[in-house]
Amino acid sequence: MIRRRNLFPRRLDIARDCVEMTHGGGGRAMAQLIEELFLTAFDNEWLRTQDDCAQFQVPAGRLVMATDSHVVSPLFFPGGDIGCLSVHGTLNDVAMAGARPLYLAASFILEEGFPLADLKRIADSMGQAARQAGVPIVTGDTKVVERGKGDGVFITTTGVGVVPNGVLISASRAQPGDAILISGSIGDHGMAVLAQREHLSFDAPIQSDTAALHELVAAMVAAVPDIHCLRDPTRGGLASALNEIAQQAGVGMRLQEAMIPVREPVRALGEFLGLDPLYIANEGKLLAICPAESADRLLAVMRAHPLGRAAAIIGQVVADDHHFVEMKTVFGGSRLVDWLSGEQLPRIC
Amino acid sequence: MKYLDEFRDGDLAQGLAAHIRQAVEPNRRYALMEFCGGHTHAICRYGIEDLLPENIRLIHGPGCPVCVLPSGRLQAAIELVEREQVILCSYGDLLRVPGAHGDTLLKAKARGADIRMVYSISDALEIARAHPERPVVFFAIGFETTTPPTAVAIIQAQRAGLDNFSVYCNHVLTPPALRALLASGGEVDGFIGPAHVSTIIGSQPYEFVATDHQRPLVIAGFEPLDMLRAIAMLIRQINADEAVVENEYTRAVSAAGNRKAQGLMDEVFTVRPSFEWRGLGWLPHSALQIRPKFAGWDAERRFEMPPIQAADHKACACGEVLRGVKHPQDCTVFGTACTPDHPLGSCMVSAEGACAAYYHYGRFRQAAAL
Repeated sequence: MIRRRNLFPRRLDIARDCVEMTHGGGGRAMAQLIEELFLTAFDNEWLRTQDDCAQFQVPAGRLVMATDSHVVSPLFFPGGDIGCLSVHGTLNDVAMAGARPLYLAASFILEEGFPLADLKRIADSMGQAARQAGVPIVTGDTKVVERGKGDGVFITTTGVGVVPNGVLISASRAQPGDAILISGSIGDHGMAVLAQREHLSFDAPIQSDTAALHELVAAMVAAVPDIHCLRDPTRGGLASALNEIAQQAGVGMRLQEAMIPVREPVRALGEFLGLDPLYIANEGKLLAICPAESADRLLAVMRAHPLGRAAAIIGQVVADDHHFVEMKTVFGGSRLVDWLSGEQLPRIC
Repeated sequence: MKYLDEFRDGDLAQGLAAHIRQAVEPNRRYALMEFCGGHTHAICRYGIEDLLPENIRLIHGPGCPVCVLPSGRLQAAIELVEREQVILCSYGDLLRVPGAHGDTLLKAKARGADIRMVYSISDALEIARAHPERPVVFFAIGFETTTPPTAVAIIQAQRAGLDNFSVYCNHVLTPPALRALLASGGEVDGFIGPAHVSTIIGSQPYEFVATDHQRPLVIAGFEPLDMLRAIAMLIRQINADEAVVENEYTRAVSAAGNRKAQGLMDEVFTVRPSFEWRGLGWLPHSALQIRPKFAGWDAERRFEMPPIQAADHKACACGEVLRGVKHPQDCTVFGTACTPDHPLGSCMVSAEGACAAYYHYGRFRQAAAL
């Protein structure tokens, strides 16, 4: 480290400086940004080698890989920011295969003029989220685009993990008779971002639910190894995730509206803006589909975990050639729960 | 949630539904039209028809402002934003509505037009304040509910000297549309009257429905219990051969309406001699225009916006759906060539459109019938 310091006689002024084109140019300025900002935030043995790639051993099992880009606006919102969101988003995609996430890669597209103080806040948040999850960010990339060609910062993360032998979790395994479970209240993330964007305030602000779900998944898989399907209902919300699964598995779904947990402020904002929480994004919730006879056991395990306290059984998988998701309403009638059409809320993750 | 859950109570709904089942005469058919798209969506979202006996038929009316906007008026906005380089502020619903030849504001936005989606006209005023060097046009649509806020924004813009702001006014009036529906015949036995519109105009303007056309009308809120109760009230009137205007939505609607809002509307707007509605054609005295004293904030006076005649897609049955002549699934392209992702007509796009309601909430019924 001492040798490197000499390369940069003047430290970055993170409080006052902004991203400049040179920070993506591949020269000394880029090396300094990486060392003083990203390396400090993510510090681990792989990054310290300063190689262009990371090398690591993988345990036995099937390797899982997922990638996710993040363009959320605003960058900071109640309950999180683009940094921790970019870590959680990819960890959760890996975990939905029943996998234990092992390593992350992070790629940044920075806009010229973006304050280094904000970038540091975001990188620190990523580092903290990765440490809390026990999954290091082992390699990365930085590019800078001219002012006006980006929106502050875009982050792409890629994750790898391993599924233990004997676990096979896939949407195509959902079958008639299975139970459908959700790990908690829906719509929190999308509504938190929207409320912040539209300056809509509540006595208690709506917090994003952004969280890493792999430990919850590990507990669930340990208790019920034959979980058929897991999915995190992000963009498009619960409704779109269920429709995707129904389509992939060639089945229908029947939901009970009364069983679906929605927090009061989320419902209120949804009523106010005419948005249905079924279609609003989540970043710390998962859908699980399992054999009916395992549902109560799975529910108990989920509720015993801090990220699944409000878990509920919300419906069942049925045979249906049309692959429709239908819902019994609290009012006593029934309705279709269709795919999201168009774009309900742009730039939420 | 207080003030909402009370109006969605499943047990109360079962009680009211049982009452309605007892009240209907078994050999009689009841055709009831809900005027508002908000009611149509409540019917589909809560599954209200599942609770009604088979001899009550709900017919969906034209009360969807996006749906009744003719393609030509939309095309004029697309051409305005591309020709004059204005910032066009619009509600999200309008962005995917087809103008001429399937063009949309969303496509214009992708081509580079500066179109901003807003939640209210006050957002458009903010954009105008933030960009004094750019003309900012608000695409105003809606029935009497959304008209008072437009009036307030125009008055505020005048007071603040916000000269770069103007309004493309497409506000329409409810009673003339009801009059046109009744004049065209049809088999409607009674009307579920508008909710939010009536908070502004009151119940009095609907009296002609009962006196001139001998049809009962019950003003109802948008919550599902409001609707069941209004249906029960209509059945009672029809059975008793009565025709009066009743008000179920007493918690929000009075006979005279909101006089302050009416005053604001009157200050800023005057009635157009005639206006084109999709599906209903040209209706006399059915829409508003901005008064000459606010001409500086009237986009149609500030910019050249020649009238455009744009034909709807020839397979689209939006017109018949809006008149209540066809059910959405009677349209040959419903759910096939016309879907919310690729709409041929406005009724499939709008959050208040009948086709969108059927597609989003009720498609399984149509499939079961195939």
